[in-house]
Amino acid sequence: MTTVLPHLPALQVVIPLLGAVLCALLRRPAPAFGLALAVSWLMPVIAAALLWQVIQGGPISYHMGGWAPPWGIEYRVDLLNGFVLLLVAAVGAAIMPFAWHSVGFEIDEGRRAWFYCMYLLCLAGLLGIAITGDAFNAFVFLEISSLSSYVLIALGRDRRALLASFQYLVMGTIGATFYVIGVGFLYLLTGSLNMVDIAQRLGPAWAEHPRAIVAALAFVSAGVGLKLALFPLHVWLPNAYAHAPSWVTVFLSATATKVAIYLLIRFYFSIFGVAIAFDTLPIAQIVIALSIAAMVIASLIAVFESDVKRMLAYSSVAQIGYITLGIGLANQAGLTGGLVHVFNHAVMKAALFLAIGAVFYRAGTVNLAELSGIGRKMPVTLAVFTIAGFGLVGTPGTAGFISKWYLALGALDQGWWVLVLVIVGSSLIAMVYVGRVLEIAWLREPTPAIARASDPPLPMLLPILLLGAATIYFGIDTQWSAGIAEASAQALLGGLR
Amino acid sequence: MSSLAVVPPGVVLIVGGLLLPFLEQRVRRLALLLLPLATLYLVWLVPDGAQLHARFLAYELTLLKGDALSRLFATVFALMAFAGGLFALNQERVAELAAAYCYAGSAIGVVFAGDLISVFIFWEAMAIGSTLVIWSAGPSARRAGLRYAAIHLLGGVLLMAGVAGEIAATGTLAFERMALDTLPRGLILAGFLINVGAPPLSAWLPDAYPESSWSGMVFLSAFTTKTAVYVLLRGFPGTELLIWIGLFMVFYGIVFAILENDMRRILAYSIVNQVGFMVTGIGIGTEMALNGATAHAFSHIIYKALLLMSAGSVLYMTGKRKCTDLGGLFRTMPLTAVCGIVGALSISSFPLTSGFVSKSMIAEAAGTLRLEAVWYLLAAASAGVFLHAGIKFPWFVFFQKDSGLRPAEPPWNMRTAMILFAALCVGFGVAPGALYALLPFPVDYVPYTASHVVFQLQLLLFSGLAFFLMLGWLKRTLTITLDVDWLYRRVGISLAQAFDRGVAVAWQGVTAAAERVTRDVVRAVHRHHGPDGALARPWPTGSMAFWATVMLAAYLVLSYL
Repeated sequence: MTTVLPHLPALQVVIPLLGAVLCALLRRPAPAFGLALAVSWLMPVIAAALLWQVIQGGPISYHMGGWAPPWGIEYRVDLLNGFVLLLVAAVGAAIMPFAWHSVGFEIDEGRRAWFYCMYLLCLAGLLGIAITGDAFNAFVFLEISSLSSYVLIALGRDRRALLASFQYLVMGTIGATFYVIGVGFLYLLTGSLNMVDIAQRLGPAWAEHPRAIVAALAFVSAGVGLKLALFPLHVWLPNAYAHAPSWVTVFLSATATKVAIYLLIRFYFSIFGVAIAFDTLPIAQIVIALSIAAMVIASLIAVFESDVKRMLAYSSVAQIGYITLGIGLANQAGLTGGLVHVFNHAVMKAALFLAIGAVFYRAGTVNLAELSGIGRKMPVTLAVFTIAGFGLVGTPGTAGFISKWYLALGALDQGWWVLVLVIVGSSLIAMVYVGRVLEIAWLREPTPAIARASDPPLPMLLPILLLGAATIYFGIDTQWSAGIAEASAQALLGGLR
Repeated sequence: MSSLAVVPPGVVLIVGGLLLPFLEQRVRRLALLLLPLATLYLVWLVPDGAQLHARFLAYELTLLKGDALSRLFATVFALMAFAGGLFALNQERVAELAAAYCYAGSAIGVVFAGDLISVFIFWEAMAIGSTLVIWSAGPSARRAGLRYAAIHLLGGVLLMAGVAGEIAATGTLAFERMALDTLPRGLILAGFLINVGAPPLSAWLPDAYPESSWSGMVFLSAFTTKTAVYVLLRGFPGTELLIWIGLFMVFYGIVFAILENDMRRILAYSIVNQVGFMVTGIGIGTEMALNGATAHAFSHIIYKALLLMSAGSVLYMTGKRKCTDLGGLFRTMPLTAVCGIVGALSISSFPLTSGFVSKSMIAEAAGTLRLEAVWYLLAAASAGVFLHAGIKFPWFVFFQKDSGLRPAEPPWNMRTAMILFAALCVGFGVAPGALYALLPFPVDYVPYTASHVVFQLQLLLFSGLAFFLMLGWLKRTLTITLDVDWLYRRVGISLAQAFDRGVAVAWQGVTAAAERVTRDVVRAVHRHHGPDGALARPWPTGSMAFWATVMLAAYLVLSYL
């Protein structure tokens, strides 16, 4: 144990990476699934151990290959990314059992092993972005996760999945390019790629080259903004989520955008924020304006969507708006709200997309018009959908309320009353689009088309129930979600100049 | 104090309610009766002061805090749940019963909540529970339920913004008397007022409640508005604005109930009317007025439930709701008729009924304070109540013409529930001491003075006379649909005629304009946000890339400026 423990940061990324290679060699669905399941279930154990170490002894710095930073690549785990690592790993583990039936239903047998291979690659990339302390290494992992997610999306049954994947590829590449240009600027200015090192050297550089730093900031903002689907750079997301295989949608919605959000927070608060006074630049105002637009406009679009997956995808864009709003507010309560919503939204959206995945598995459609009375046929699945839907609305007793509460307090701290009303008022729009589904699902008579639908088999049902229970649990006991978010926010804001 | 004291009574009802659907039928019937009784027992075990704390976020919530006011409301809520459960024993839609018990439990949760966040949490739970009760009535209640949910979520939004602001501003989450001097408090009051049925959104109540099932409305009539009365009593006693809001509600209820033809809508309007009396009392704010509002809430819950049980029995046995379809039912439903009449006399504050001993306290408080206008308006309104609910409901349902319907009396459990509440109405009317002893402030008020009894009897006599004198018009117009023109034909004064026509035209204009604006807004939103709108349709890859560049430029340009 003592020999393994110091290398946990490396194992967090290396195991899924090797697992992906092994999956590719296995070629058969059943062993590949078994391997993916084993790796997925190991990940949260490692992540939890890392987070525990951080809570006990402060940030961990791991030197890849024994090369000391800033020359070598450093993996650096503090409270914030320990939290993100655990989130990504835990969601992956929780939803993995769902994959067997769902993937079996939606993907041809010959491609299933490749599917699990791509998933593990994507997981490795996402965990890598979260764990690395090296700006360029983050770009490499960003590309690993992106390329594998293009493949995952393209595996969708519908031919429109190809177009969605292609558009995501183009946009994702532009985003990654912007990001790497931004990192290039930083490298030119500071001669370093290590995040901590850049942060230290950027301060002196600000006096000489403020314009170059602003350019770097703009490139990183736009690039990462694309990856996290910040309005109006979200246009790739609805199609990608709508046409990807059900399980992929669950995974990407709960993890991919969240990791991109983490990266943005890292750059804003741990790199730029340490070096330059943020309030001289309009970044926060831009982010807040875009967030409000996302919250309102994307929610309104969701109201008119007839495809439940697309509807939830637009709702994701809106919910990401809440998160970035917290980032833009940049005060203790606001940032806590944003961070805790990263977690809460991942849980709730995973529950919702899982439930809809189960509906697709049983009913073969996610078109709202064809889902009349589905609640009577699949009561457990739709009950969880209802709970998680209430979470999106922000009903007290669900996780969504916690986020909304902190965000409202954050807006109040700035004295922005209108913003408070926008935050709580936009939940009314969420109530409309969630209520539309609930009304059709529960109050209408089942149509013949779904006469034979029933709750899905246990491996699909258990993850749904687990995430549904989590939606309620984290609405009541907030020690782990809001508690860690609060401490992270404090650390991030404490470093600001 | 026994260890049971820390069991929050509301939670017993909520948890029990959630378990109801999983019970076998006979056990369920037993549970329906025992749960409220257990709750009632627990309510009386709650001692004064804060009892139960829980950590939530960074706050120390007080989930359970007892005092006289809380206990009185919780008592009548538990009683109500018992009678409602008894009345609804043969309701086949178990979902409605489960929702109704959760709803009642949340209402008890609100009245025992010691801080603003707990109030808000139970408040939202009530909104969900009551929406489900409405929806349980079936497809016909779908749209009304949606409108109801929307209004109450709006109320929740206002309340949450207010609570967050209040806590941020004062640093304390205690729910205590508040002066109406800051924006957050205004928002809290607005959130409360939506549930109380205050203008301009009073219409949610008569819109939604009558769409619920025959048993659902019995539950609905008791909790939402009366919890709102409770929180106003606790938070905003003596806020002058409430006097005028209350008076508006009083007359709003009367006017629309007189115009209405659906028996349960009549009773729904009269809820607004009666709650208006309470809100007025809270606005007056003296100890006498607050006692009066509290006592009136107590007796109102009982007699309104009684009236709705009577109406519910008629609906259950005949399936009809319209006054014009009913009539002459006293022949075969004498017990239902008698109970309905007891309820009707109570709501009209007839001496020897509970309404008499409670409502008069509010008027008395207005009189003591020399608020002449308020006193006269309340007296006039009392006559109006007799007109619209006291006589109109029993007369058109049980007497009037013979509709040819010969329904039997409802099943035993419904009869028992009605008898129980009728006995309570008379009991508290005859011996008001029991009710007065529960009130938050010491009572030195004697309802049965000769002058008061005579005054009230005269008032009732003359409005009763007016009703029967105008019966000819009432009957004639009831055969056709009721409309605004009914008002001016009855009054027959050209001035009123012109006024009413003006109001009618203006009102039509306003509603038409509102409808047009709403339609235009929805169309505009749909044009941009709908599936084919610029914001929602799939974009070509090129324009996506273009926008990425625009965003980059925006960041750069705005940063350099």
